[in-house]
Amino acid sequence: MLTRKPSAIKPSEITPESIYRQRRKFMQDVVSTGVAGALVASFPGLILAKDKDSTAKLAGENLSAIGKSPYSTGEPLTPFDDVTTYNNFYEFGTDKGDPVRYSGQFKPRPWSIAIEGECARPGVYDLEDFIAPHQLEDRIYRLRCVEAWSMVIPWVGIPLGDMLKRFEPTSRARYVAFTTVYRPDEMPGQKRSVLQWPYVEGLRMDEAMNPLSILSVGLYGKVLPNQNGAPIRLIVPWKYGYKSIKSIVKIVFTEKEPPTTWNISAPGEYGFYSNVNPEVNHPRWSQRKERRIGDFFKRETLMFNGYADQVASLYAGMDLHKHF
Amino acid sequence: MRALLTVKNFLFVCCLVPFFILVFNAATGNLGANPIEKVRLFTGDWTLYFLLITLTITPLRKISGWNELIRYRRMLGLYAFFYACLHFFSYLILDQFFDWEEIGRDIIKRPYITIGVAAFVLLIPMAVTSTNKMMKRLGKNWKKLHSLIYLITTLGVLHFLWLVKADIREPVLMGIILISLLILRLPWLNNIKSYLKNRLAEQS
Ligand code: HEM
Repeated sequence: MLTRKPSAIKPSEITPESIYRQRRKFMQDVVSTGVAGALVASFPGLILAKDKDSTAKLAGENLSAIGKSPYSTGEPLTPFDDVTTYNNFYEFGTDKGDPVRYSGQFKPRPWSIAIEGECARPGVYDLEDFIAPHQLEDRIYRLRCVEAWSMVIPWVGIPLGDMLKRFEPTSRARYVAFTTVYRPDEMPGQKRSVLQWPYVEGLRMDEAMNPLSILSVGLYGKVLPNQNGAPIRLIVPWKYGYKSIKSIVKIVFTEKEPPTTWNISAPGEYGFYSNVNPEVNHPRWSQRKERRIGDFFKRETLMFNGYADQVASLYAGMDLHKHF
Repeated sequence: MRALLTVKNFLFVCCLVPFFILVFNAATGNLGANPIEKVRLFTGDWTLYFLLITLTITPLRKISGWNELIRYRRMLGLYAFFYACLHFFSYLILDQFFDWEEIGRDIIKRPYITIGVAAFVLLIPMAVTSTNKMMKRLGKNWKKLHSLIYLITTLGVLHFLWLVKADIREPVLMGIILISLLILRLPWLNNIKSYLKNRLAEQS
């Protein structure tokens, strides 16, 4: 059971934590001194080259403009190596090492996203156009997996709410549904029906509009690696990891609660909400504690993964044992 | 020197290979991002593999007629216990670090843990009575006691089946292997064999 070294990442691309932190500090300084604007302007060209041949090189490339966020945690980061080699991304296989091992064939560029449903501006948008109007932000979030382990990951992304508002959802839009790309030729895990493909997820509109929800296009200041959900994925840090759907190709505004993949797979174990909740155990294992990757001792799991101040009000009056 | 190079000794060392791989990977930091989980899964896998390997000895002997195989069965069974101990201690020490409250809750509430513990507890009397002396002392009862391995392996497969999230291929495969091994033990195999023997004898 030798763990293979990730082939997709060159050692030169891995940022040691200390350097990353220095760089972050530098970026924060840059942002606060107002140089940010120029850097932001240079971003789209950097990440979203239209030339197909250059797309493969983009994973791991630096993202140059990142604004800091008050929502970030100051906890020690999980090393880049762990964040990019220990993944649940069943489209590439069910072993934690499968995503880094088998995502080399996946082509995250060119990419477009279909916007549908209850909104004034539906359409198919090129990823470049999709992202260009927004400023990228640095968000250091805790990630809590339903399997009782956790990480701290510096994402780079855009607030989901800002993005959704551009498409002018109507008053009938009560939920947002997301769909992952379906490409069995590039995603070997999709050849087996371990889950129902394509992967689908959803949020209630107010959850999607919460400032914590982001669409991520990078981590550790670099373009999102394939195994982490390239080129664009959802991050909802107060919910179990599987809610944060990867490699998104479709976003639909709906009136009814949309189906979600893990709920379809095991309705008694995974609910629509899937909020991190130490009081509500998974029917087969406890959720009271978690192991932070890199730690020996487990730690107590926090309500809403420690984001209760920002999100608890969304669920006021709801029985979270029933709406798990 | 020659005495050292027996099949048994060779097998003894082979059975330690997974253990050495584990130790080597642990020492060189090659257990991945979640080493504790890796140890738990690796030792769990090998416990089940050794239980299944032990169960292949009798059918294999029957089919091949290689009676000497029986001499290795006990060692293989004890290796199953060895890996079960590593698996159990990886849970007790690495995973829970003697958090008895949490462990107690796990055993009561988590059926896959309940089943795992039951399987492990049942292995203990088998390991204890595996000496020649005990074999003699228990006489007929020894065989009865040691047929617990069928139950233990079944519990092991259920334990595995119950803990996976969605990908049941591996536990199902283990279950199919177990069922096949049990079918091979049914008396009809002997009947077929003696029938074939008779037919062959008639023809010649
Ligand atoms: C004869 C006894 C046992 C056998 C054959 C056995 C076998 C296994 C197997 C095959 C796995 C899955 C490995 C994988 O997914 O690759 C496993 C996992 C596990 N076992 Fe056991 N086991 C036994 C006893 C126990 C005991 C006594 C405990 C705890 C008290 C235990 C706790 C666990 C845990 C916590 C996992 C990992 C679950 C996870 O990470 O999802 N097992 N075991």
